[in-house]
This record gives sequence, structure tokens and C-alpha cells, in this order.
Amino acid sequence: MQYALLIFESPNGSEDRTEEERAAVSAEYTAIGEDTRVFSGAHLQPVTTATTVRVQDGQALTTDGPFADTKEVFGGYYLVEAEDLDAALELAARVPAARFGGAVEIRPVAMVMP
Amino acid sequence: MAGFLGDLDLAEEAAAEAFATAVRKWPEQGMPSNPRAWLVTTGRRRAIDRLRRDRTFADKVRLLAPREAEMFDLDESSIPDERLELIFTCCHPALDVQAQVALVLRTLAGVPTEDIARAFLVPAETMKRRLSRAKAKIKATGIPFRVPPDHLLPERLGAVLAVVYLVFNEGYDGHVELSAEALHLGRALAGLMPDEPEVLGLLALMLLHDARRAARVAGDEIVLLADQDHSLWDATQLAEGRALLDRALARRSRGPYQVQAAIASLQATEDPDWTEISLLYGELVRLTGSAVVELNRAVAIAQTGATTEALALVDALDLDGYRYWHSTRAELLRRLDRPEEARSAYRRALDLARSDRERRFLEHRLADL
Repeated sequence: MQYALLIFESPNGSEDRTEEERAAVSAEYTAIGEDTRVFSGAHLQPVTTATTVRVQDGQALTTDGPFADTKEVFGGYYLVEAEDLDAALELAARVPAARFGGAVEIRPVAMVMP
Repeated sequence: MAGFLGDLDLAEEAAAEAFATAVRKWPEQGMPSNPRAWLVTTGRRRAIDRLRRDRTFADKVRLLAPREAEMFDLDESSIPDERLELIFTCCHPALDVQAQVALVLRTLAGVPTEDIARAFLVPAETMKRRLSRAKAKIKATGIPFRVPPDHLLPERLGAVLAVVYLVFNEGYDGHVELSAEALHLGRALAGLMPDEPEVLGLLALMLLHDARRAARVAGDEIVLLADQDHSLWDATQLAEGRALLDRALARRSRGPYQVQAAIASLQATEDPDWTEISLLYGELVRLTGSAVVELNRAVAIAQTGATTEALALVDALDLDGYRYWHSTRAELLRRLDRPEEARSAYRRALDLARSDRERRFLEHRLADL
């Protein structure tokens, strides 16, 4: 089954990290990406670079900032092919954001663009 | 010496309820608003019979996950393996706790949806939707239909034990089929995990409670622990429960179910050692952080004769919405010869009473003052 692992990061924490700590976390993300079950993914640039678009009455309304005005910020995702939900959960639990105050949302994929 | 309302029988039930709230899943996800009011009417008896007669048990299994239909023999002496797969699936952490309990009641205990709805104090349509959403989620998200692998088993076990115990407690008030179903499941779990101390502890606890079932009610009236006819206690179940408890304790890994079982074991004796019991409740408080368990500890301390100390402990608790808090206060005030205060406490308990039996018992006590 295919799952999307949607990664939400907590805003605090990463600023206090040393160079080594940041590199170690980065390496973890890379390692997960290299798991044979992960077939796609992306790490997004910080939320300060976000722009949001809505369309009302044919008019595009553009605003500065992310869609969700929450503390936690959507930071990236993986697309995985896993045996079942438990397997997807195990992968998700390895995502660093999950232990630094963020969370990973897991949803089965309805359709993937090739 | 007359005891409290349901004294330790209902206090045990209260401790069980308290424990259920302390189990890790529940504080996060919230409890059903009225878990004790899981009223199951006579319709359940037909449903249980139907479940037993229904040789295509797998039909119910298939409601949860697409599988080959298999024939199972549902006679009492054999527990189909699929029951364990089913209960672990129903209790998967991806499912909302209320959905977990509803699924177990529906698919394992065969309780009709309308009865589950009534018990949760929601409309039947709501419960129908809750059940079908849960089943749809199991299918859509690929929740595997299996007993979890060894490395996941310990973390998945907590939810399963909690739900089994809740089903057992639902049978406490006389709905024997539910207690029987819970005991079946407890035995299956013990067979699956014979070295897991809390699994053995839960089965021991249920057996020790069940052993006193016949003595708990006389006609239609509650019989307090102190007044129970010991000849009505099931000696075989007591012996089996105690043997399981010994096996569990020998693993030297104490947990809440073992401690509750130890308490139940001490209570099912000619002259309970209340000091020892209060120490065990102390341990249970440390394990669960539950105010209701602390209430039970106070009751045990009162039974040793330290009534004033007990009342002080009870008054320090914030349990104003809890009927046993009021009935406990009432009894302690009565013992301390403060009838006016006892009266208002009994009245408060009556306001919160949940069954006719309870009401009659409290009205009796009020009249006796």
C-alpha cells in the first residue's frame, strides 16, 4: 500500500541546535529517504518563504505566509510503499520532527502522479 | 460492621474504572462520557446466542478486513484463533478509543449496535456511523489483521487489556455474557502470552471478581462485601485466580492489574487484612495517579479503624461529580456520628446514582440514619 508521510515541524528547537546536531538530523532525513520503501519525497524551504493562494469569484487572492496559521508547520513529505499501516508507522516514528515537538501525519495515497 | 455502598464490590468497580482512565491511551483520547452506563438489554442475549450459533463467524471478521471466509467452531471449549487477531485489530492505536470499545463489543461480544448506542448515550445512527467509519478506516489504511509481531506486542497490549477489562466490568452488574466473553478473551491472551505478568494479572483479577458474583446480589438487592455469604464464592475460580496471581508476581514485574488482583485476593478471605490492602492501594495510586484509587485507599484505611484519617483523605480529593465519593463521605460521617452531614452526602450520592439497586441501597442507608 502507498502512504504519504506528511511532516509537521515544531518551530522551536532547531534554532538551538549546533552545526553537528543539525547535520546529524539532516543525515537522518537522508537515511529515511534512502529506505527502499520510500519512492518520493521533498523537504520544503522554511515557512517564511510561503505564499498562499485562494480563488474567489474568479479572483486570485494571494497572501504572505502558510495556509495553516498553526504553531506546527508543514515541512515536507515522503511517499512510501509499505506492507501495511504498522510498517508505515514504524517509518514515520523515525522522522526527527516527530520527536522534536512536531508530528507526522500518515494517509493512504489515493492516486500518485507518475 | 456494615460497609459502604457496594463497599469494596462497587469500589473495586470504581478502581477498575479509575484504572481504565489511567491507562495511557485514555488520557489522550478521552473516555466515553458515561462508560458505566453501558446498558445492555435483553436483546444482547439473542445476539450472543446468534453469534454462537453462527458458524460463519468469519462473516463478522470479514466486516473488518477482506479475508478468506473460514468456518469456526464456536463451542465453549475452543477459542477460535481469530478472536485474538480480531481484538488486536479492533484495538489498533490508529482507531479512536471509543471506536475500539464499540468494535470489540460489536464484533467480539456480539452486542447489537442499538444497545451499544444506548450505553454510550448516543443515537443509534451515530453509533452505526462510528462503527462503519472505524471499519472503513481499518480497510482504507491497511491496518493488518493479525496479532502484532513480538516487537510491537508490548505497546499494543495495554489497549487490549483495558478494553477486555471494560467489557468484563460491563458484565459486573449482572450481564453475565459480557463477563464470560471477557474471561474467554483473557484466557486466550494468557495462552498467547503466558509469561506476560499483566496479562496473567488481568485474568487473575477477573477470576477473583467473578468468583464472588453469586454472593454480590440477594434477590434484587446489593450485598456488601462484609455481608456476603462466603459459601456462594466460587472456590475453584478463587484458587485459579490466586495461582495465576502467584505466577504473575513471580515474574517480578508488578503492574496495576497484578496489584488489583492482589487486593481482590485479600478481600476474598474470611477476615481481610485491611492494612495490607491499604498498602496495596497505595502502590496502585503510585502506579496510576488516580484520585478514585486514592478514594479506595481511604476506604481501606477506614476499615482498619482510622475513620478520621480516612475522612481527611477523602475530603482532600476533588471528586464532586463522582457518586462513590459522596457515598463514601456519607458512610464515614455516619461512623463519626455526624448524621446531618451524612444525610446531605447520601442525598448528593442519590442525585448521582445510576441504577435502581443503588438508589434503593442509598435510600435505605439514609432512612437508617
